[in-house]
Amino acid sequence: MQLWLIPLLPLAGFLINGVFGRRYSKSLVNAVAIGSVVLSFAWVVKTLLGVDLNTAHTEHYFTWIQSGTLSIGADFAVDRLTAVMLLVVTGIGSLIHIYAIGYMAHEGGYYRFFAYLNLFMFFMLVLVLGANYLVLFVGWEGVGLCSYLLIGFYFDKKIATNAGNKAFIVNRIGDFGFSLAMFYIVRNFGSLDFGTVFGQAAGKSEAVLTTIGLLLLVGACGKSAQLPLYVWLPDAMAGPTPVSALIHAATMVTAGVYMCARSFPIYVHAPDAMSAIAIVGIATAFFAATIGLAQNDIKKVFAYSTVSQLGYMFVGVGCGAFSAGIYHLMTHAFFKALLFLGSGSVIHALSGEQDMRNMGGLRKKIKWTFLVMMCAAVAIAGIPPFSGFFSKDAILLAAYAHAPWMYWLGTLTAGMTAFYVFRAMFMTFFGDYRGHQHPHESGPVMLIPLAILAVLSLAGGYLFKVPEFLRPFFVGVEEVPENFNLMIYSSLAGVAGIALAWLMYVAKLGMADSFAGSMKGLYTLVYNKYFVDEIYDAAVVKPLVGGSRLVLWKGMDAGFIDGMVNGAGARARNLGSVLRLMQSGNIRSYATWVLLGSLGVIAVIVGIASAGGIR
Amino acid sequence: MDQHLLSIVLLTPLAGLAVLLFLPGKSKDLIRIWANLVGFAGFLISLPLVRRFQVGTPGFQFEERAEWIPSLGAHYHLGMDGISLLLVMLTTLMGFIAILCSWNAIQDRAKEYYAMFLLLQTGMIGVFLSLDFFLFYVFWELVLVPMYFIIGVWGGPRKLYAAIKFFLYTLAGSVLMLLGILTLYFQHFDQTHVYTFEIADLMKTTLSLGTQQWIFWAFFIGFAIKVPMFPFHTWLPDAHVEAPTAGSVILAAVLLKMGTYGFLRFSLPLLPQASVDQTIVQILAVLSIIGIIYGALVSLMQKDWKKLVAYSSVSHLGFCTLGIFSLNPNGIAGSVLQQINHGISTGMLFMVIGVIYERRHTREISEYGGLAHVMPKFAVVFAIAMLSSAGLPLLNGFVGEFTILQGAFEAHRAWAAFAVTGVILGAAYLLWLYQRTMLGQVTNGKNLTIPDMSLRELATFAPLIAWAVWIGIYPKPYFDILRQPVQEIVQRVRPGYFGGNGPQNAGNQGLGVGGWGLGPGRAVADVVSMSSNDIAAQGLPQQSNSDGRSAARGPQPPAPNPQPPVLGGAQ
Repeated sequence: MQLWLIPLLPLAGFLINGVFGRRYSKSLVNAVAIGSVVLSFAWVVKTLLGVDLNTAHTEHYFTWIQSGTLSIGADFAVDRLTAVMLLVVTGIGSLIHIYAIGYMAHEGGYYRFFAYLNLFMFFMLVLVLGANYLVLFVGWEGVGLCSYLLIGFYFDKKIATNAGNKAFIVNRIGDFGFSLAMFYIVRNFGSLDFGTVFGQAAGKSEAVLTTIGLLLLVGACGKSAQLPLYVWLPDAMAGPTPVSALIHAATMVTAGVYMCARSFPIYVHAPDAMSAIAIVGIATAFFAATIGLAQNDIKKVFAYSTVSQLGYMFVGVGCGAFSAGIYHLMTHAFFKALLFLGSGSVIHALSGEQDMRNMGGLRKKIKWTFLVMMCAAVAIAGIPPFSGFFSKDAILLAAYAHAPWMYWLGTLTAGMTAFYVFRAMFMTFFGDYRGHQHPHESGPVMLIPLAILAVLSLAGGYLFKVPEFLRPFFVGVEEVPENFNLMIYSSLAGVAGIALAWLMYVAKLGMADSFAGSMKGLYTLVYNKYFVDEIYDAAVVKPLVGGSRLVLWKGMDAGFIDGMVNGAGARARNLGSVLRLMQSGNIRSYATWVLLGSLGVIAVIVGIASAGGIR
Repeated sequence: MDQHLLSIVLLTPLAGLAVLLFLPGKSKDLIRIWANLVGFAGFLISLPLVRRFQVGTPGFQFEERAEWIPSLGAHYHLGMDGISLLLVMLTTLMGFIAILCSWNAIQDRAKEYYAMFLLLQTGMIGVFLSLDFFLFYVFWELVLVPMYFIIGVWGGPRKLYAAIKFFLYTLAGSVLMLLGILTLYFQHFDQTHVYTFEIADLMKTTLSLGTQQWIFWAFFIGFAIKVPMFPFHTWLPDAHVEAPTAGSVILAAVLLKMGTYGFLRFSLPLLPQASVDQTIVQILAVLSIIGIIYGALVSLMQKDWKKLVAYSSVSHLGFCTLGIFSLNPNGIAGSVLQQINHGISTGMLFMVIGVIYERRHTREISEYGGLAHVMPKFAVVFAIAMLSSAGLPLLNGFVGEFTILQGAFEAHRAWAAFAVTGVILGAAYLLWLYQRTMLGQVTNGKNLTIPDMSLRELATFAPLIAWAVWIGIYPKPYFDILRQPVQEIVQRVRPGYFGGNGPQNAGNQGLGVGGWGLGPGRAVADVVSMSSNDIAAQGLPQQSNSDGRSAARGPQPPAPNPQPPVLGGAQ
C-alpha cells in the first residue's frame, strides 16, 4: 500500500526547498511545497479507496530499536481513525499551503517558511500513521519542533522567539507524562505496538491502566493546550497566521485528542482516567472561553477559542464519546482554520493591524472575507444545521449522560463562545471604520481556499458523518441516545450569545464599556487572563532561575565544592611552606624531629596494642 | 596482519608522531598536512575492525597477548568487544575531526601541539583495548599528560589554573584507583600465589563483599572524577573553558567516556556483588540523577557559551551512569549508545563554539545575538547540533536517552521520573542559548561582518551530522553489536537475570531496590531475543519482528527471531 509515501512526499519537499530553495524563484518554491502536499493528499485518497478499513492495515519497514525488553518497529498503520485524521491533515494542509502563497508573498524567508511547513506535514503524518506509541512520539516531538520553528519564524522579534521557546518547553513538560506512560506500557505489556497493547488492555489491572491513562493525559494536556499547560498556545499566535491556522488550530493541537482517542481500549477500562479527561476538558473549555470574552487582539480571541474548543473535544473523549470528539476535531478544523485564515485576510488587508479596536465597518470594504468568516462564525456558534452544531451537540449529549452539570457548564460555554466570536465579528466588520489604513481585499489565491473552507464549515457536518464512520472502530463503547430537548437548549444558548453580542457591540455601542466599568475587578482579572502567566513566572520560573544561579551555581558549585578543592590546594601549599621550615639543614633539629617521630610511632603502636588487648 | 589489527590501530598515531618529530618545526603547513593525514589514516585503519568484528561472538576478539613484565605479571594484552569497538571507532573518528578543526586555531608551536594530540590518541585507544590492568593503568595515565599540556600551553587566559586542576583532580582519582587495583592484585596472589594483572584472571578471585565494596569505592573515585559525576565535576567547566576547541572536543567526546567505560569494564565485572549492593546502587543512581538535574540547572544560568555546554555534559553523562547502574540490558546498552551520542552531539557543540571563537575571540553569550542573519549556514549546523543534544527523535540523542530511561524505569520507577526532568531542562538551556546567540537582531556591530562557515568547517561537521542521523533512524546495528557484551555484564552482576542459568531465579532477584519485577516468562523471552545475533538477518524485516499484531502473543515481549534460545533448557 506504500503508506510511507504519504509522509515522505512532504519530507522531500522540505529537503528540496530547505537545501535549494534560497536559489529558487518563488514559483518554483511554491510548486515544490504545494505539489508535495497535494500529491500526499492524493495518495491518501488513493490509499483509502483501495484498502479495507474494517481491519487495521499495518506496514512494517524495519526494526528501529531492539534492546533488552524493547522491540520497536518503524511501522505505519491505517484504520478508520487514521483515515479521518489523514484526510483532515492533508486536506486542510493543502488548502492552507495554497492560501500561504498569497499571505506570505511579501515576506522575507519565503522558502524557509514553506520548508518548515512541509516538515511539519511530514511529522504530523508520521504522528497519525504511527502503529506504535514511539513512532507516534516521533511525530509528536517533530511537530513540536516545527511549531517552535514557525512560531519563531520572525526571529527578529523577541516576542516571537520567546513564544517559540515557551511552546517547546511547555510541550516537553507534557512529554514528561507521555514518556513515563510509555515506560509503564513497556513494563506491563512488553510492547509499544498499538495492536499488542490494546489486545491485552482488558486483562490488566485498573490501577495500571489508570496510571497509564493519566500519564498520557499529561502529555495530551501539553500538546493540546489544556489546563494547566495551555499557556503556550495564546503566545504561539506570534507566528504567521497560516501557521496559527494549520498548526495551532486545525492539526497539531488536536494531536492530544487523537492520542487519547487512539488509546480508547486503555481508557474504557480506566473510568477514573476518563473522568479526569472530561473534567480537564470542561474546565479548560469554560476557563478559556471566559478569557476570550475580553480580548481585543483578533488572533488572541481565536486562540483562546481554540483552547476552549479543544476542551470540548476532551469532554467528548472523557465522556466516552470518542467519535464525537473526533467529529468535533474535524469540524473545528474547518471553521477554526477558516476563522484564522479569514482574520489573516483582515490583517493582510489592514497591513498588519490586529487590534479590533482599530477595525470596524470592514464588511463593505472586504466583502468576501466577511462572508466566509460569517460562515465559520455560525458554525462555531453551534447554530443548526451548520457543522459545529452537530459535533458540539454530540459531545454535550455524552456529557449529559456522564454528568448533567457538565452538560450545563458546556452549554453555558457554548453561549459564551457564540458571544465572543460574534463580538469579534461585529467589532471587525460592523459599525464605522476606526483605523487609518486603506483596506484592500485579498487575491483569489487566498479567497478560494477560504471559500472551500466556508462550504465545509457550513455543510461539513452533513457531508462527513464521522460518528457513523467510526462506529465500527470504537468497539465496545456505549452509544448515547439522542435527546431533542438538550439540542434545543444548547442551540438557544448559541442564539442568545449572538443576540447579546449584537446588543452590546452593534445596537447599543456604549453598553460594553459601561458593563466593563461596573464590574471592574472581574473585568481586569479576565482581561489579564487571570494573571496565570505572572503566577507561573513568580511560582516556577523565578525560583528556578534564581535558585539555580545563586544556590546551585554560585553557592554549591563555585562556593562549596570548588572552595573545598581550592582550599585543599591552598592548605597543601601552606602545609608545604610550614614543613619547608623543617628542612633547615641543621643536624641537631633533624635529630630532634627523628626523636619526636620515633616517640610518636611508639605511642601509636602501644595505643593499638592496648586497644587490641582490651578486646 | 589480521592478528595484529588492534596493535596497528593503537600504534598508528604513535608511528605518525615518530615521523612528525623529524619534520622541520618551521614548515607549519607540512606539519598540519602530516598530522591530518595521520589522523585520517588512523580512522581508515580502524574501519576494517567494523567489517571483521563478529557480532554476537562471546568474549573478546582480535586478541593479542604477549608477556611484558613477567616478574610483575604484566602483559601486553589487547582485545575488543562490542563496547570497545564502538568507543574505539568514536575515538578514531573524533580524533581525526579534532585534528582537522585545529587547522587555523593553532598557530603557536604547531609541531608540539600535533605531537601531543597523536600521543593522546594512542593513549585513549589503549585505554579501550587493554585487557591487562597494568597496561590499562599505563594508558590511563598516559592520557593525562598530553591533555594537561594541551590545556596548559594552548589554552585560554586561566589555562594554568585549569590545567593543574584537571591534572590534580584526575591524578587523585587515579591514585585511589591504583590502590584498588593493587588490593585486587594482592588478594589474587594470596589465593593463587600467582602475580598477574590479567583481568580475566583477576575476575576469578573470590572476594568478600566487604573487600569488594572497598575496592569499588576506590575505583569509583577514579572513574567518577573522569566521568565526571556530581560532586566531582568542578574540574570540567574550567578545563573546557580554557582548553582549545579541539581539546574540548576530544575531552568531551572521548576522555569522559574513559570513566563510564571503567565502570563497565572493571567495576561491574570484577566486583559483581558490590555492584549490585543496594546501598551502592542507590548512591550511584542518586548521584547520577543529581548530576542530570543539577548539571542542567547550572547550565541554564551560564553566561559563557562554552561553560554552558560543559555543564550540559555533566547532565548528559548523568544519563550514562544512570543507565549503567540500572543494571539491565536496556540501561547498559542505552548508556553505551548515549556515550557515543554524547561524543557526537557535544563534540559538535564544542566545534560550533570553536567556529565562532575563531571569528570573534569571545565566548560571552551577551556579545552575540542575531547571528542567524549573518551566518545562515552556521545557524543550520548549530540547530542540528542543538537538536541532537536535546534528544529530538530521528536524531541520535533520543534513542540513547529513551533506552536508558526505559532501563532506569525497569530498575526503579522514581529514577526514570526524576531523570526525565533532565530532558525538559535540556531543551530549556539549549533553546535559550540558541535564542540569545542566533536569533533576534544583530545588536553588536562587530557581528555584522563575520563570515559564514567555510567549506573546510562544513566538512568537519558533515560526518558527525550524518552519524547523528544514522543512529537516530537506524540504530539497530549498534544494539546488535552491544547485545552480547551487555548480556555478559548483566549476567555477571545478576546471574539470575536471564532465568535459570544462575543460582537464583530471576523472579526473586529482588535487590531490594524496588520493582525489578521480572517474571520468569519475560526473562526467558529476553534470552530468546538475546540470541538473535545473526548478522545476516539484520535489516531484513523479520516476520515475527515487532510488526506482528497477532493477538496470539502472550504477555512476553516479542521475540525478534525464531531461532532456538541459547538457554533452551530454561524453558
